[in-house]
Amino acid sequence: MTREAVISVHHLLKTFGSFHAVNDISFDVYRGEIFGFLGANGAGKTTAMKMLTGLWKPTSGKATVAGYDVFTQAESVKRSIGYMSQRFSLYADLTVKENIELFGGIYGLSTRHIREKRIELLSRLALTDSEHELISALPLGWKQKLAFSVAMLHDPQIIFLDEPTGGVDPITRRQFWDLIYEAADMGKTIFVTTHYMDEAEYCDRISMMVDGKITALGTPEDLKKQFLAKDMDEVFIKVARHTQPIAQ
Amino acid sequence: MKAITINHLKKDFGKVTALKEVSLEVAQGELYGLIGPDGAGKTTMIRILTSLLTATAGEVSVLGLNPQTEYKALRQKIGYMPGQFSLYQDLSVEENLNLFASIYETTIEANYHLVKDIYQQIEPFKHRRAGALSGGMKQKLALCCAMIHRPEILFLDEPTTGVDAVSRKEFWEMLKTLNVGGLTIFVSTPYMDEASLCERVALIQAGEILAVDTPENINETFGRHLYAIKGGNKRALLNALKAFEHCQSAYSFGSSIHYTDSRQEMDVEELLLSLQAHGHSNITIEEISPSIEDSFMKLMTSHDS
Repeated sequence: MTREAVISVHHLLKTFGSFHAVNDISFDVYRGEIFGFLGANGAGKTTAMKMLTGLWKPTSGKATVAGYDVFTQAESVKRSIGYMSQRFSLYADLTVKENIELFGGIYGLSTRHIREKRIELLSRLALTDSEHELISALPLGWKQKLAFSVAMLHDPQIIFLDEPTGGVDPITRRQFWDLIYEAADMGKTIFVTTHYMDEAEYCDRISMMVDGKITALGTPEDLKKQFLAKDMDEVFIKVARHTQPIAQ
Repeated sequence: MKAITINHLKKDFGKVTALKEVSLEVAQGELYGLIGPDGAGKTTMIRILTSLLTATAGEVSVLGLNPQTEYKALRQKIGYMPGQFSLYQDLSVEENLNLFASIYETTIEANYHLVKDIYQQIEPFKHRRAGALSGGMKQKLALCCAMIHRPEILFLDEPTTGVDAVSRKEFWEMLKTLNVGGLTIFVSTPYMDEASLCERVALIQAGEILAVDTPENINETFGRHLYAIKGGNKRALLNALKAFEHCQSAYSFGSSIHYTDSRQEMDVEELLLSLQAHGHSNITIEEISPSIEDSFMKLMTSHDS
């Protein structure tokens, strides 16, 4: 089976003055893969994500996302991806229904298409009875599940999830991963960041960034062998401590 | 005297009840953890304890003082590090610390020994604006500012949220050092694994306390055999375990699945054979001790039903 790279990154660089925030990173992410993008705070993850989602222009290098060049086709990149973060996902003072309609409209879906999607999505999440409730009134776990589905309204090939489970209770956190698996089974590619090292184990492959560089890349099993570690927590500590100065 | 006493504390925000009659006590010198997800009521509780919010009902005492009526005296004695970075971004590291010291009518020099270990790590950058610091350095500065007036008790609201696993460990090492020096510490966190670093914890969910005790004692009340099951395709294995007729709970836990059986005594061989019959190979089943995350999930589900 040949694997099709849906994200392809070669020698990507982003500098701010003399500071190399992302320092010559290269990797591929394949279709249907759950790819964990890990790293210490300030390692350059956010900067790299902003380039891959078409928000920031790289300084140099090459990167394609869903077949589009992030330098020259940033708008096409944005249309082909879904994005969800812990900090921003849905509008708190709009209702569930209004949020779906708003995002459907932004993604350019027809009114009829949005309505079909809304009915299907709300019944799948068992949220039909709550469609007229404000987002602010929903429990965090529901919000996160809804936000994930809304990020997929326009049927993107790739979904970027930026710490989607931060602060979520342990049961809802696991239910959220069930949704990630379902999306991957449908052929979606998932690009996810997390600070929970048990969640790193749920990814097909992991990359770890330290000081702007990717210093480890592989399946969780590979990385545990490579770093002689019992779990991903230990891998992360070994990778991060190795190059990080003590007084960061 | 207890460092903190909370009796039937209730807090409403309009129609929403953030805290539903919670009670707990913290002894002097304890490192006490308030463990729970977002929306559990952790920040509300800390704000009431630090005199920044008033309670709807119930009794609260911090260092023998009532935060509502004796807030002036109380504020001299407590240190508080809020969840959001709230120092002055356009003042330098040194200016921020100086400001906090002078507000409390003291000086950096007078209490330098309290913050020395932490402050030395950021001292090389003391002329840098606080807004230009990295996340880890901001956190260290905020901790110094909360400590510089020699508080008797330190409140920390989710100091490690959004912080990577290595920095979290380093932060807890700093807390341990402060605690060993005699300081009472009350810290909230959504990370279940941090419970084991506290002397005692309160597990909190949706405004209610699920359990209060040492992490060891909470885990001892788990009351079921817990098994770590590994092997083959993790997702297929999880689904097979969930479908097993005697399954009580099955949750992913990193590279293994934590399983409890609905029967008092489980036949490990039978489960193994059943899994093998469904095509799962290289299965290992090992009895393990529960962690706080196991206990939290058990308490959540038994609380709901």
